[in-house]
This record gives sequence, structure tokens and C-alpha cells, in this order.
Amino acid sequence: MNELFGFSTLDLSRFQFATTSIFHYFFVPFTVGFALIIAVLQTLAYRSHDPKLENLTRFFGHLFFINFAVGVVTGIVQEFQFGMNWQGFSNFVGNIFGVPLALEVLMAFFLESTFLGLWWFGKDRLPAWASLASIWIVALGTTVSAFWIILANAWMQHPVGYALRNGRAVMTDAWAIVTNPKALEWFAHLWSGGLTVAAFFVLAVSAYHLRRKHNVPAFRVSFKVALLTALIGSLGVVAAGHVQGQSAVRDQPMKYAAFSALWDTPTGSQMPESLVALPSNGARANRFEVTVPYVGSFLAFNNFSGKAKGLNDLQREYAARYGPGNYLPWVWPVYWAFRVMVGLGGLMLLVSAYYTWRWRRGRLDDPGRLYPLLLVMPLAPHLANFSGWVATEMGRQPWIVQGLLRTADAVSGLTPQTVLVSLAAFWVVYLTLIGLDVFLLTRTARAGMHGPEVETPSVPAPHYLPEGAAP
Amino acid sequence: MTVDLPTVWFGLTALTFTIYFFLDGFDFGVGILQPFLARSEAQRRALIGTVGPFWAANEVWVILAASVIFAAFPLWYGALLTALYPLFALILLALIGRGVAFEYRSEVDHVRWRLFWDATSFVTNLLPAFLWGVIMSNMVRGLPLGVGGRFEGHVLGAFDLFTVLGGLATLSLFVLHGATYLLLRLHRDGTLYLRARRAALLWGAAATVLVLAFVYVGFVRSGVFNSLGLSQWLFPAAAALNLGLVWLALTLRRDGLAFASTGLTVVFSTATIFLSLYPNVLPSTLGETYTLTVRNSASEPTTLRLLSWVSLIFLPLIIGYQAWNYYVFRQRVQERDQAIPGGGSGD
Repeated sequence: MNELFGFSTLDLSRFQFATTSIFHYFFVPFTVGFALIIAVLQTLAYRSHDPKLENLTRFFGHLFFINFAVGVVTGIVQEFQFGMNWQGFSNFVGNIFGVPLALEVLMAFFLESTFLGLWWFGKDRLPAWASLASIWIVALGTTVSAFWIILANAWMQHPVGYALRNGRAVMTDAWAIVTNPKALEWFAHLWSGGLTVAAFFVLAVSAYHLRRKHNVPAFRVSFKVALLTALIGSLGVVAAGHVQGQSAVRDQPMKYAAFSALWDTPTGSQMPESLVALPSNGARANRFEVTVPYVGSFLAFNNFSGKAKGLNDLQREYAARYGPGNYLPWVWPVYWAFRVMVGLGGLMLLVSAYYTWRWRRGRLDDPGRLYPLLLVMPLAPHLANFSGWVATEMGRQPWIVQGLLRTADAVSGLTPQTVLVSLAAFWVVYLTLIGLDVFLLTRTARAGMHGPEVETPSVPAPHYLPEGAAP
Repeated sequence: MTVDLPTVWFGLTALTFTIYFFLDGFDFGVGILQPFLARSEAQRRALIGTVGPFWAANEVWVILAASVIFAAFPLWYGALLTALYPLFALILLALIGRGVAFEYRSEVDHVRWRLFWDATSFVTNLLPAFLWGVIMSNMVRGLPLGVGGRFEGHVLGAFDLFTVLGGLATLSLFVLHGATYLLLRLHRDGTLYLRARRAALLWGAAATVLVLAFVYVGFVRSGVFNSLGLSQWLFPAAAALNLGLVWLALTLRRDGLAFASTGLTVVFSTATIFLSLYPNVLPSTLGETYTLTVRNSASEPTTLRLLSWVSLIFLPLIIGYQAWNYYVFRQRVQERDQAIPGGGSGD
């Protein structure tokens, strides 16, 4: 195959897909959780008619708006790149995979972009109830959007409701596709993850201002709302993650074995779990590992005697089933990404539990000694999401559609030069976007609310003529 | 009566692109015109204000177009996007830059910051306006496709007289469409309004020449527009007629009529492209057997039926709330010398 600096079109296309998806995913879960938090804040403001809560909503709304813009524009790339870089994939699954994408646009994308515009620019032109309804519609849209995308991804990992016809997958049971059990588990996991991303951000911003005694009554409210969201989110992430791990043992045993760096099926009466390991694909074993007995069985089966299959056995099975070839994912990144994700999930749960405990003890206004940690915590859910995607997507290689289509057969017939140029361009643009987003978010977050009118004069405010004025 | 679903979905694809070009067309136009029309910060803000609440939702139509082709015509989707890969990559990068320019320009009150975003906005509105024309003309002209829609050509093959003229025609048409949109959206007493009117007259002339040249080259190159239905000339002639109508409307100072004419020109031009394609979706220049048609590239009936039901419910809803969005911000935009904190209210 044609190569450039040792990279084939396949390598570069995979790298580009990872780049564009992961960058996009810095913004998406943020939007999902943040829209909900703002909708709650605005509901509180609406019910209490309290101007300080209205200001608070506006303030966080501005931060939301900054982030939303980047989320929208990076989302467009997602819709086009399946055809651009993955022609084989599009031809093979368009009948099925294209549908949830189209439904996402029809049911969610229009809704979000239209009603966010109405909410943001129409703040003085809409009645209060319509403004409140708009932000709830945005929140609903982001959730529906996430659902369809997860459904599409879940089908690639666990194809259901299809038949193969003329070398293509066609839909035979739409209901089975919509109720794909994988999709429901993952949606719970990702949606909770979205809550944590926004919650720890709002927590950090609120703690920052509480510490400096800015608008204390208002930021107490956002701190509480965010804290509850963080608690619910981290609990949801951990619980759904546990369920997902157990279903992976059944449906994607190779991926599960890679998560645990389990090369050989355990021979004893139970399965240990490795704490740390240095997996090596070359040696088909771990160069070093520390394991704890019984934990593996418990995590995978909720009992103390279950055993999952090891990578080497699965490789033999797959070769017998699908023909000769290497069916092992690249284990060490999968193993470590999985551990980083789980570790950060645990940290998020601990931090939110600790602050909930402080709240019960009446020490809400004082972020305490963990204050510096609280300020960097917004990074934790982002990193956890990043590692989660790396683990789940690398863990299912070499398949792009589990058991049906290999990634190598899905890639477009482009030259590596073409892909390298676009990859470089996307990196430049995306790094700039991240930089700008972080810069504007911190700048706006630190500025806080100035006085009674938090109106941000920098917001593009078109000056419309009054109602009924002669045009 | 049986419904031919692939044909229905071909029609819906055409409709989606038509709505996209109609709506985002004037956004591009306003973005391209901005450096020429606005001389002060207040004027720049006024121009951005005319599209501020709308551009994001307008842009979603292209995402819908892409996902409709993906779901309803997977082979078309894969072949088109792979074959014209560099053009689509450029469009995507431009759409990213444009969206961010719209939203971030006013976030920092600094001259250099705003200058940077104004420049970004100009380039990133110009690029897609031109490239969409190149892409559409490539679709009509055909691409070197081999077995399974595999692209056998070269990157630069996307550009020749016909496709470049197509690009310039869409570019000028979108600028004109943006100018007539501004006539509807700007306060009539302002200097901006007068400048927009002059721009419309100028770009009306340019667009007419370029669109006619494109159509002429298309007809001279045999086989390009030949499969048009009723009469080959009907749709291109209607498009040209509408361009003539723009001048009349401008002379009569009928803003609504001017905008309707440029809008109809966009509609007829897009219809020309898609009608001349049918029953193909992507002709192969390497041989008829490789040509992708509505029939051989469409999804199975189960998929198309599902898509039809969902669209039947959601498309009217989308059009409804998007129309309401335009209604909420229907007032003409006025230039103000400085931003007023808490501004934007109906004072």
C-alpha cells in the first residue's frame, strides 16, 4: 500500500477520525450538561423573579454560548467525514448508520441551533416563559442529539436488526436497532458523563467567586445546583460503566480482555483483576503485572467464580471463525486508557461526595483545603471522556463494525498525501479553536457578574427598530 | 398508486440543497459584502446583526443534506465526498472559521481582535460560496469513477472552465442574494441601505453575466444539461429572467420583490442542476456502467420508508419554528454609534 513517512492512508485516516471526533467531543458533553444546568437556573429565576438569579443565568448562559459555537461548527465535520475518509464504510452501512444521523439532524440539530439563537438574541424580545421554554428545548435537543449518535455508534459495536444483502448491511428491524441494549447502556454512561463535564466547570467557577466573596447569594445557588449535578452524574457514570463492562464480556469479549490485559483465560477457580500491568502485543503477555484475586470475577459477573476469556484464546477463536489474521487490539493504550477513565470517575465521585458532605455540615461558602483541586477538576471529566473513547474505539479494532467489516476495508481510496494535508489543517484549526475557547471561557468566567446588570456589552447586540416603527 | 421512493428522496435531496443555498446563500453574501459596505464598527455590527440569530440554523440545512445523501444514497455519498475530498475539506474548515468568526468577534473589545475575525469571516464566507458552485458543476459534469464508485482521477481535475464558471456564478449569485437580503433587513434611512442597493445593482450585473456564461458553456458542452425534462431551457431561462427582475425591483424600490427574485434565481439554478442530473446522481466519465443512478445507489425501501415517515413529521415542524425565528427578529436593523450595555432591546 502507498505510504508516506511510514503511514498509510488507513493510519492517517484513523488518526484524522480520532482527531476530529475527540476534539468535537470536548464540546459536546459540555453542551449536554450545561444546557440542563442553565435551564434549571433559569427555572429558579423564573419562579422567584429574583434578579440576582436572572443575572446568574445570563452569566452562565454567556459561557454556554461561547462553547456552543465551537460545538456546532466541529459537528459539521462529523457529518461529512464518513463519506470523505470511509467510503467502504458508507457503502456498507449507509442503509442503517445514515438513518440515526439523519434523525439527529431532523429531531435535534435544528432545534438546538434555532432555539439557542432565540434564547440568546431574543432575551428582550421574548416573554419570560418563551425564553424559559427555549432553553429547555435546547437542553432537550442536546440530549436527543446524543441519543441518536450513541445509537449509531452502538450499532457499529453491536450490530442488530440487519441482514446482509449484496455485500451491504440492510435494515430488517428498525425497532431492534432503536432498542439496541448497548445503546441504552452507553447513553446512560455518556449522558451522565455530560452532566459531570458541565457540573465540575460550574462548580469551579462558582467556587472561584465564592472564595472572593463576589455575588455570594447567587453563586451559592449555582454551586448547589452544580454539586447535585456532579453527584448524580458521577454516580450515573460509575453505575452505567459497571453494567457496560459486564455486557462487554458477553458481546465484545476481546475488548473486555484488553481492558483488563487478560492474555490467558484464568485457570483457577476465580478471575483476578490486574491493578497495574505492562501489556505487550509482541510477547502476547504482560511484561509485568500486579493482580488482585476475585476482583476480576466480581467486576465482570457480580460473583466470585466467573471467568472471562483471555486475548490469546479469543484470537484463536476469531481466526477459526473469520479466517486467518490478527484480531488483537493494541492492548496497552486500551488498558491504560480504561484505567485512567475509571480512576478519574472514582475521583469525581469522591470529590462530589466530599462537597455534598460539607454542604450538609453547613460549610458551603468555604471551598476548604481542596479548593485548588476544585479549580482543576473541570479537566477530570474531559480526560475521562477522552480515555473512554480511546479505550472503547481502540478496543474494538480491527473491526469498524464488530464481526462484519474491518477498518482496513472501510477506508477511502485516497492518497496518504491528501489525508496528511487535511489532517494537518484540522490540527491547526482545532488547536486554535481549543485555545480560543479556553481563553474566552476563563476570561469570561473570571470577570463574573458586574453589578446588577450583568449584560455583557461585548455580546453582538443588533439594534432593532422598536415594534411598529415605520420601516 | 405506488410511490417511487428513490425518486422521492432524490427530490428531497434537491429540496434540502435548495433551501440550504437559499438560506446560507445570503449569509455568505452578507459576509462577503461586509468589508465593502461597512466603514465603521457600528455598521459592521449592524451587518452582523442581520444574520446573527439565523446563520447557525441556516447552516444546519447542509448537515441535513449530507445526512440525507448518506442515509438515502450511501453510494452517492461515499463517491462524491471521496472524489471531491479536498473541496469538501476546505468547505468544512471554512464553515468552522465562519461560525467562530460570527460568535467570537464581539467577545473581546479590541481592534486587532475584531480585525482578525473580520478577515476570517470574509475569507471563510467567500470560499464555500465559490466551492459549492464548483462541486455542483462537478456533479453535473461527472467524475472519473471506477468500480464501486472508486475515484480514479486527480485532485486538480475538479477544475475546468465549466466548473470554475459554476463557482463564480454561485459566488456572484450569493453576493447578490446577500445584498437584496440586506435591503429587507436594514433601516431604510441609513447609509448602509444605500450602499447595499448599489452593491445589488453592481452584483446583479456580474451575476447575470456569469450565470449566463455558465449556462452557455453547459449547453455547448454536449450532454451536460441534456437530460433536463420539459424543455432544456426552461429552468436556466427562468433563472436568468429572475435576474432581470432584480433590476426592475431595484429601480422600483421594491425590496421584497428584489429579494424574492434573487431567491428564485437560487431556486431555479439549483433545480437546473438536479433536474439535469436525474435519473443519475453522479455520472462517471469513465463509462456508463460506472455511473451512479438514483436506482443503483439508493438505500433499501425499509430505510427510505422510515426516513419518509420521520421527515413527514419533522420537516414541517422545522420549517415552522425557523419561520417563527425570522418573525421574532423581523425588525430592520439600525446602525448605532456605540454599543449600549443591555442594548438590543426594543428602545
